[in-house]
Amino acid sequence: MSTSFLSVNDLKVHFPTEDGLVKATDGLSFDLERGETLGIVGESGSGKSVSSSTILGLHRGSKARVSGEILLDGVDLLTLSDEEMRQRRGKDVAMIFQDPLSAMHPYYTVGNQIAEAYRVHHDVSKKAAKARAVEMLERVGIPQPDRRVDDYPHQFSGGMRQRAMIAMGLINDPSLVIADEPTTALDVTVQAQILDLLQDLQTEFQTAIILITHDLGVVAEMADDVLVMYAGRAVEYGTVKEILTHPEMPYTWGLLSSVPDVSGDPDAALLPIPGNPPSLLNPPSGCAFHPRCTHRDKVAGDLCRTQLPDLVPGPRGGVHLKRCHLSDPDVIYRAEILPEIAPDLVEEL
Amino acid sequence: METPMTQDVPAGRHSAPSGSAAPLLEVDDLRMWFPVKGSGLIRRTVGHVQAVDGVSFQVRAGQSLGLVGESGCGKSTTGRLITRLYEPTGGAIRFEGEDIAHRSARRLQPLRREIQMIFQDPYTSLNPRHTVGTIIGAPLAIHQVVPKDKILGRVQELLEIVGLNPEHYNRYPHEFSGGQRQRIGIARALTLQPKLLVADEPVSALDVSIQAQVINLLSDLQREFGIAFLFIAHDLAIVRHFCPEIAVMYLGKIVEIGDRDSLYSHPSHPYTQALLSAVPDVRQAAVGGRRERIRLTGDVPSPINPPSGCRFRTRCHLAQEICAKVEPPLLQIGPKHKVACHFPGEIGKAPEQPITARLLGVDQHGTPDPGAESVTELGTGPGYSDTWLDLQNRTVVSG
Repeated sequence: MSTSFLSVNDLKVHFPTEDGLVKATDGLSFDLERGETLGIVGESGSGKSVSSSTILGLHRGSKARVSGEILLDGVDLLTLSDEEMRQRRGKDVAMIFQDPLSAMHPYYTVGNQIAEAYRVHHDVSKKAAKARAVEMLERVGIPQPDRRVDDYPHQFSGGMRQRAMIAMGLINDPSLVIADEPTTALDVTVQAQILDLLQDLQTEFQTAIILITHDLGVVAEMADDVLVMYAGRAVEYGTVKEILTHPEMPYTWGLLSSVPDVSGDPDAALLPIPGNPPSLLNPPSGCAFHPRCTHRDKVAGDLCRTQLPDLVPGPRGGVHLKRCHLSDPDVIYRAEILPEIAPDLVEEL
Repeated sequence: METPMTQDVPAGRHSAPSGSAAPLLEVDDLRMWFPVKGSGLIRRTVGHVQAVDGVSFQVRAGQSLGLVGESGCGKSTTGRLITRLYEPTGGAIRFEGEDIAHRSARRLQPLRREIQMIFQDPYTSLNPRHTVGTIIGAPLAIHQVVPKDKILGRVQELLEIVGLNPEHYNRYPHEFSGGQRQRIGIARALTLQPKLLVADEPVSALDVSIQAQVINLLSDLQREFGIAFLFIAHDLAIVRHFCPEIAVMYLGKIVEIGDRDSLYSHPSHPYTQALLSAVPDVRQAAVGGRRERIRLTGDVPSPINPPSGCRFRTRCHLAQEICAKVEPPLLQIGPKHKVACHFPGEIGKAPEQPITARLLGVDQHGTPDPGAESVTELGTGPGYSDTWLDLQNRTVVSG
């Protein structure tokens, strides 16, 4: 058994629908230590949000079929009763949602909602809980927190609402925080403030963070490890440096080469990933990425179409896992992709 | 470059030589103040949201200008003013030399063919009850560009141009993915062969892998049909990729405008510097280490009651007395580089004394100084002049 703080093993979340079984997450495994950040990257519908809300037990009560194990400090969250899960939710494991305007109740004051999160898990007076809410608002950098605590969500700006969400998520000192696109709705300067804040709080409380995002830049700045998801499965997994400098899966190449950046050659080509993300109702056979993959002709035979590759260590070894039939991805990346997207980095890497 | 799309093109369109010096679009001191009504019975106007306040720029035929800034800075309002979805409070919008700022709806109609818009959200900007063919064909029918029986052929041609299956004209928007819908929106904008496309955040609602497809499509279209773009976005990296010239807006004003290299490699306004340093950078992280970030504290002030003088001063680490008293002019500091700051300079090279004081006829604290000669030729209008202020030597240089 793994000794990691959080260990997810072969997690499957399947939703039976009228049109068939949707395998939103299909066999996901990863580990996360305290004080570390795992970035989960993928397109919409890749299963990144479903996986993390399952960790929080939010699938309960739905028709989802869940299997595998989610070990938090050695306890399998999937085997807990609803009541036991409720004890932990918001206390040990907390979530920061993407859109704070819809995640907060418009009829209650911000302070009221933050204090409620505290009172659910602590037997304290309303007054003490409110004092704690003010303290948290101050901690996340809301000016004049004792006054703003009585404001309603609509009176806060977008950045302040996201700060309030973070205050709400962290009020019980959770050991694991799941941040689902925490900065996607925000402007870059506010995003920078929020990311700095999350990092400061992580250093202070040794929180483990799962950061779900589609923005590789955010991952590059925040994460220790990266998990790239495609069609419900992990397709690449490793340390952030390893994934960004030696990606071994064509989908990750696609992600890297389809976003321009602010410091590279402005005339470097954008190489989009052709086609569209697959439907989870009827995913492609074999490697789910093969219909969009421009390198499948480098694999002998019809392997990509017929056989799902395993998530195994690539040629560089270590903890860098990839799900791809290509035998020498690093060579292809350096020879074909890197000169196109970042010619100035070919020497450096 | 000005080769028109193949069929049914009325003669004379797109025939202007693209190399002509006159800009296609010239915006001069554009203002949009939205009235704020009081809550009383009479609902008097109690103030104004100064969404756009004195914006000037030029877009040349077949070129792209990027407009960046945070939400609420007025970039989208600027786009909507140029397409005349709003009538401006003041200033001029000169399209091919003619001021269209206050044209009546009837006189605007021919103009609608020349200036088209691509909207941000492909889910809400397409009518769900209309087929794609109807959506794309509507402009043709309204403007009676082609006979009714030719519309379908033209629609299919457009679908092909934007990379969709021409046989899908009979489908409804919900049958398409986000990226495909954005292509439909682009096809609709292309229908009338516009000379200027205002693209308001055309890719920010799309998945990353799809963003690149749409950006590349827009580049191809620009190259093929010589369309000029006003490209509004908050993603600085995408704007850098797409636009050779970029303007940065803050609270209704342009704070810095310049060609790509000046703006991204030598940003001279503290806000531009902060904005650029806030962008997470994959490459930087890949080759090691994080850059030092300039942290902006607080929020953008309300545009109803903006700060006096320089609007950025409340969050600026360089701000001094003069910044609260006098508004900095948009001063040209390079062949194609203008900045609105009393203390402009690259990071760490900001001057200690305001460089604008003498030009504005004030002393270094911003109080009017009768002794100082006021220089009138500041070149604050749209476009660039041949002379500029060299920041290093403090001399006026001619290019």
